[in-house]
Amino acid sequence: MDDLLREFLTETSESLDVVDVELVRFEREPNNAEILANVFRLVHTIKGTCGFLGLPRLEALAHAAETLMGCFRDGMPVTREAVTVVLATIDRIKEILASLESSQAEPAGSDEDLIGKLERLSAAASAAELSQTVGTLVHQVLERPLRPGEVSLDELERAFRETEGPDLSAPPPSLDTGSERRSEADRRAEIRREDEKREAAAKAQTLRVQVETLERLMTMVSELVLTRNQLLEIVRRTQESEFKSPLQRLSNVTAELQEGVIKTRMQPIGNAWSKLPRIVRDLATELGKKIEIEMHGADTELDRQVLEVIKDPLTHMVRNSADHGIEMPDERRASGKPEQGTIRLSARHEGGHIIITISDDGRGLNTERIRAKAVRMGLISADDKLTHAQIQKFIFAPGFSTAATVTSVSGRGVGMDVVKTNIDQIGGSIDLKSEFGRGTIFTVKIPLTLAIVPALIVEAAKERFAIPQVSVLELVRVRSGSEHCIERVKDAPVLRLRNKLLPLVHLGSLLRISSGDAEEGAFIVVMQAGSRVMGVVVDGVFHSEEIVVKPMASKLRDIALFSGNTILGDGSVILILDPNGLATTLGGRLDDSEIAEPETAKARIEETDRPILLLVFRAGGGEPKAVPLSLITRLEEIDAKDVQRSSGRPLVQYRGTLMPLVPVNDGVRIRTEGVQPLLVFTDAGRSMGLVVDEIVDIVEDRLNIEVGSALPGILGAAIVKERATEIIDIAHYLPLAYEDWFQRKDRNADEQKRRLLFVDDSAFFRNMLTPVLKAAGYDVVTAANGKEALALVEKANFEVVVSDIEMPEIDGFDLAEAMLADPRMRGVPIIALTSHTSPVMIERGRRVGFRAFVAKFDRQGLIAALKDAPLEVNKAA
Amino acid sequence: MQTSEETEFVTVLIAGQLFGLPIARVHDVFMVDRLTRVPLAPPEVAGIMNLRGRVVTTIDMRRRLDLPPREETGNRMAVGIERRGESYGLLIDSVGEVLKIPMANREPNPVNLDPRWAQVAAGVVQLDGRLMVVLDVDRVLELKALGMVA
Repeated sequence: MDDLLREFLTETSESLDVVDVELVRFEREPNNAEILANVFRLVHTIKGTCGFLGLPRLEALAHAAETLMGCFRDGMPVTREAVTVVLATIDRIKEILASLESSQAEPAGSDEDLIGKLERLSAAASAAELSQTVGTLVHQVLERPLRPGEVSLDELERAFRETEGPDLSAPPPSLDTGSERRSEADRRAEIRREDEKREAAAKAQTLRVQVETLERLMTMVSELVLTRNQLLEIVRRTQESEFKSPLQRLSNVTAELQEGVIKTRMQPIGNAWSKLPRIVRDLATELGKKIEIEMHGADTELDRQVLEVIKDPLTHMVRNSADHGIEMPDERRASGKPEQGTIRLSARHEGGHIIITISDDGRGLNTERIRAKAVRMGLISADDKLTHAQIQKFIFAPGFSTAATVTSVSGRGVGMDVVKTNIDQIGGSIDLKSEFGRGTIFTVKIPLTLAIVPALIVEAAKERFAIPQVSVLELVRVRSGSEHCIERVKDAPVLRLRNKLLPLVHLGSLLRISSGDAEEGAFIVVMQAGSRVMGVVVDGVFHSEEIVVKPMASKLRDIALFSGNTILGDGSVILILDPNGLATTLGGRLDDSEIAEPETAKARIEETDRPILLLVFRAGGGEPKAVPLSLITRLEEIDAKDVQRSSGRPLVQYRGTLMPLVPVNDGVRIRTEGVQPLLVFTDAGRSMGLVVDEIVDIVEDRLNIEVGSALPGILGAAIVKERATEIIDIAHYLPLAYEDWFQRKDRNADEQKRRLLFVDDSAFFRNMLTPVLKAAGYDVVTAANGKEALALVEKANFEVVVSDIEMPEIDGFDLAEAMLADPRMRGVPIIALTSHTSPVMIERGRRVGFRAFVAKFDRQGLIAALKDAPLEVNKAA
Repeated sequence: MQTSEETEFVTVLIAGQLFGLPIARVHDVFMVDRLTRVPLAPPEVAGIMNLRGRVVTTIDMRRRLDLPPREETGNRMAVGIERRGESYGLLIDSVGEVLKIPMANREPNPVNLDPRWAQVAAGVVQLDGRLMVVLDVDRVLELKALGMVA
């Protein structure tokens, strides 16, 4: 194809998309000169280029449309009819362009119908104009007060009549004519100046690049990332290497380059929305409804690959809202709503995801009807007790459509199930909230990019696999006689996790590469796919790594369990597990067992300023008491008869060992009959049962200790769910169970106590984590702020520092930086304890010398990070 | 030009049988190292491997041709094939020389050829004292069709 023609096609189709959107906007705001100028300019350009390229059909159409738009500009009232004709013309132009693209010639055909209509409208306008000069003014109403600098329509009309016809090339710069006339001329000149400015700006700042070029660049950067990973792997194996610091720089540059290239692939989500106003307008006209579409965050950017995938689902959902959601005007009036319905689209970034919501103020989902249909389809039985939210989710089930009549609009055999499948495919999720009579909100969460994802590397039957980190909720270690072990419900393996049953699947046996009995010492990767949570049993868990996703070969693509493959840092190829595929393969088995609520499991890594899960219980009267749920290993109810006494201390046989029981306070009586609730705390194979009267609830709330406490075992009082609640101090109880709880050394008995400095401005966390650190074999010194910490580090030799990030005055970063700057402290490894871990923060942390970032409530993670931190002491240089 | 009558073949040995692949379809020949098994894949798929940054899907030709597995251990050879932008490797026993063969010498598959072989063979060429089976590379990669016959 001719280069010139190709460029024309690309540019024109882009322009036409803009014209579509702008016209719909213009129809609503007929007095917005800026929109009109924009549309006019685009159509004018198209006309000019067509003439140049010798495309008579297009030229004639564009010319007729331009003429009519010229009339608008000259004050002709904007009617729905006129806009419809212009839109139809745009459609015709698009058709011609499409065949121009395939056959490289204008198709034969006549556009007399449209041109006739356009000309008739233009003629009517000039006729009206003629009669107006005689004296009758069409009364035009502007539906808002004039803004400063604006001229009224009547004035414009008069100015027009006094000017000698529309002259675009050179408005007479005479200053002695009437003020109205000057203002009109100025306006036009201004519009043109604006246009020129905008074009000049656009020329200077953007450059057309072939998508192919970007894709190749992306592939190359991906390879670079892999090579970087390989180098890092090699250097990690060698103790001391001169490559370390240049490699660190290379690594940073690579990361930046990767980010930059990903950015070039980013496109505003508005590109996927551009057709929607037109679609909604046409639908509204067709159905006789009044619908407005609002769009927020159209400039939110995401990877073009992702954009392609979600374009159709989004369009479908908006169609659905217009067709099924928004009611007819009389129906809306009857229910006390404004006649015009609103569909609102919004997009925003959240973490590594984009959240898109599509909401309407229509009739909402009819839960009863969905329920009836679900029963009819055999998805549920008539007497199943389900919440509204659960019932509403059935609209995502395959073949589910409750529309009473199939319209030409939504009834195209594509349902919400297809939408969901598309979104699932790219690792996204969709949720909805709907209130009958009030409207529906769909929330779509999708990853920013698909090309490079962080993944957890696991092992099953000696083979390694990658699991996308986004779907990993947590890791659980299976150890017999300890907190987590695999139980069976009639052959189906399950894990009791925080009082919820989690269905388990053994990866090896699922993939048919091992029998799947090795449960001792295994790991359970708790994964979420859509709304399902499951545990995947693997033999080992390695590290987390950024992987470049490569598609599966076409011959292997129908294996649902894999979404792709990747080359690891060590050069080997491994397969990437597809969480959705896993969930689907488990299908029936999962449905039978109780599925843990994803919210519960998700909230494991908490943030201080975010709500955390608290277990509320009663013990010995007074205020209710609470403890962060993540500190508790299990909730147990034991038969009171099983409680034994040994030298006056209550004990219970628990998972093969004797577990000491400690009442929360003197007010708590260990029961002699019935069921005794316990909170079990476990660390390194030793458990303790805290005796309580009653477990009340698990609630999610912020934990702000407002009043300190002098009572042993109570950290202080906080408001939990609007009730004053005492927060108990686990550190107080552990030594009551085992005198040596804090004195125990780490498993290597001959190992010396290591000095650790723990910096946190919150007394709560200092109290909470000190026993954990002590139990791990450290000699713990605490500091309440950065200043105190620096003074301590300067004086004494610490082997490791664990520091909070957010602290007043000297924060964690400052502390690390100060330590890095001082040769005496430089060698001391420092671990960040934080609630937020953004990549930017981690990067910053790495620069100032943090060895690891650990979430505040992640005890296991902290211990692991401490083990990993190289502990060779660089005693003062 | 007279050479238009001739086709060049890369010859390979699989369980003692000589096969020929049209040279135009052979991308490269490489040693197979660190093969990753693909669970649940068709049995003919030996695994996937990293070849200079590309992920190559390897096909075990012995299994593809219903031949017993190879006894010797150690690194194996593969013939690299590019197909629709994807890389495949055909696992073979060894690679021989490149032969120029006049098209006239190619004969159709014998009617009594094992159906599994007939499916992937594009004729037989008589050489001095031995037969070379011409492999149709595209049909070798049609694993689905095979499943239907078997």
